[in-house]
Amino acid sequence: MRDLPLSETGPQPTIEAQGLRIERKGRILLDVPYLAVDGPGPTLIMGPNGAGKSLLLRCLHGLIVPDSGQVRQGNAPLKAAGRAKQAMVFQTPVLLRRSVAANLDYVLKRQRLSRADRHARIAALLEEGGLAGKARQSARSLSGGEGQRLAILRALATEPGVLFLDEPTSALDPAATQDIEAMILRAARRGTRIVMITHDIGQARRLGHDILLMHGGCVAEHGLAHDFFDAPQSQAGRRFLAGALVL
Amino acid sequence: MIGSWIRAGMLTVALCATAAVAEENFIVVQSTTSTQNSGLFDAILPEFQEKSGIEVRVVAVGTGQAIKNAVNGDGDVLLVHAKPAEEKFVADGWGVQRQDVMYNDFVLIGPESDPAGIAGGKDIVAALGAIAEAQAPFASRGDDSGTHKAELRHWGATGIDVSAASGDWYRETGSGMGATLNAAAGMGAYVLSDRATWIAFGNKDGMKILVEGDPRLFNQYGVILVNPEKHPGVKAEEGQAFIDWLTGDAGQAAIAGYTRDGQQLFFPNAE
Amino acid sequence: MSLILHGDAELWAIVLLSLQVSMMAVLIAALIGMPLGAALAVARFRGRQLLIILLNALMGLPPVVVGLLVYLTLSRSGPLGVLELLYTPTAMIVAQVVLVTPIVAALTRQTIETLDAEYAEQLRSFGVSRLASVPTLLWDGRIALATALLAGFGRAIAEVGAVIIVGGNINHVTRVMTTTIALETSKGNLALALALGVILIGMAISVTGAVSLLSLRQENETMRHA
Repeated sequence: MRDLPLSETGPQPTIEAQGLRIERKGRILLDVPYLAVDGPGPTLIMGPNGAGKSLLLRCLHGLIVPDSGQVRQGNAPLKAAGRAKQAMVFQTPVLLRRSVAANLDYVLKRQRLSRADRHARIAALLEEGGLAGKARQSARSLSGGEGQRLAILRALATEPGVLFLDEPTSALDPAATQDIEAMILRAARRGTRIVMITHDIGQARRLGHDILLMHGGCVAEHGLAHDFFDAPQSQAGRRFLAGALVL
Repeated sequence: MIGSWIRAGMLTVALCATAAVAEENFIVVQSTTSTQNSGLFDAILPEFQEKSGIEVRVVAVGTGQAIKNAVNGDGDVLLVHAKPAEEKFVADGWGVQRQDVMYNDFVLIGPESDPAGIAGGKDIVAALGAIAEAQAPFASRGDDSGTHKAELRHWGATGIDVSAASGDWYRETGSGMGATLNAAAGMGAYVLSDRATWIAFGNKDGMKILVEGDPRLFNQYGVILVNPEKHPGVKAEEGQAFIDWLTGDAGQAAIAGYTRDGQQLFFPNAE
Repeated sequence: MSLILHGDAELWAIVLLSLQVSMMAVLIAALIGMPLGAALAVARFRGRQLLIILLNALMGLPPVVVGLLVYLTLSRSGPLGVLELLYTPTAMIVAQVVLVTPIVAALTRQTIETLDAEYAEQLRSFGVSRLASVPTLLWDGRIALATALLAGFGRAIAEVGAVIIVGGNINHVTRVMTTTIALETSKGNLALALALGVILIGMAISVTGAVSLLSLRQENETMRHA
């Protein structure tokens, strides 16, 4: 449904990685000579456990500094100013021990918005996430799906150019997953670049414009979603889709 | 929450500050547990405070510790009951002058069962000898207090080395008079006490006076102004005013007038 | 007994002084111990582990030793003798601050470190620096921290060894609940001492209850105001 041609101008900014390498105790955990995330739609990262997906995502977000290599965003090295245009949602939402509204307010305050602006923005966000009635409720008392919706709203509150998501629905039931996917798609349509890890092939088919398959710390394959699912180019890709254990 | 803490804190500081300002005119008296535990100070001090406007703050510890605290300058007046130690305190220059204030006497307390068979005796040295002979438990202050020093003098007269029996039948509590009486009651032990503390003591529990009336059981209290030349912080004027009152007619009458259960606890004898 | 039942003014003055001294001590200990503990939780430096072990050990400082050290410091022949603080409530506050600060700091360090393990990545993602994350962690750990302060208050109000040395148990000046209990026990007034003990325990229970209620209410208010 989003088979847009690559030539069309995608969301800004683009992200590039050059020569990323992370090594621990003699083992290579991540080795990405070059990667460009510049497509028009969501980029879905797939691959078996331990393939380096989370590590790559954290490098792209600047949470982890690689042993060597560089991440560039919109043609400039990733620095604090660039990181401010990014946001990330984790597998288990990290909700502050405050009310639902206060969780959103926390990130908005950092943007130095006026009190009135923040209130209006919070109301709009809660509406968007279907949490309008729960503003005063303690965030820690939300259900798993509601909690993850709040985490995504909080990530989107600052209107980031790039949103990273690390398996945001892996612990959720199908209905909650559907809500989250709808939120992600809406954000993507508004022009936010989505980079998301998933283990769910169905989800990758539903959301992905391009698929990035990680294997053993390396990018095994990176291509358009329908190409990847119809005819994977790499052996790792073929075995992954065949459901074989990729070691 | 933090705001309310700060408010509470400021309030407390204000309260503390007010208290300090209101009670600027005071002296600290280093004294003994016997004078405090017997209730003497609570009875006589209000009169002096009323008259002089000087608040008297009493720190009640054993005589030995009271003297050490006074040597450190942590008091303006010393009121204790161990004459040799008091005279040494003055001779060493820590005190200005020693004056007699009052006396009472020591009594030997013990369980009504009286395992050493000393009841009714008048000879303290003989009684202690009998306790040692019977190896009956004896509770000692063991805290270098005036009462402890007096007790050791009497043991010295018996020729018995109680330190050899320490932990056996001779038990040193290292505590004040009242605490030692409690311990003696618990152990069914003999114990030497000043009469005032004993009369005022509330937990007599099967114990009674067994030996009294020996002239050697005389217990003299003396008062000394801490030497302001050693410690310039000493409030010499106010301290001397207290000493003058205590050894004067009004103070002496107040001491004589303090009774518990109809018994006089201290006998004034200032010159 | 009737003394207590009839709410004797003198008794309430003693209770009030106990509360004043211990609350002030906990307040000061909180101002020193909480930032210290939080800093220790988020900072990484050489000797940090050693400092944590030391801090945990200091939680068990013997009150009499603290009393003795504070006495030697505040004595007229001690280094701070000129301040004339010995045998005042201030001296008792100082002693209790020394006793309580390690407790508050160590428990804060523990609380904040646990919370930081959960929050660190998310806060970094928000662009919050390590140092700037401290207020967030302190606020979000507020209930556990209130419990830490409570533990400190419990230690302070129940302590007798230090305050009797530096306060001198002076009637109407430095006599607090615990030193009164010690004195009444030594006077052989065991029933009165026990009754005072009951009041002390009752106070500990009501303070615990009050703090729990406060935390709950605070929680609700945060939600309403946000």
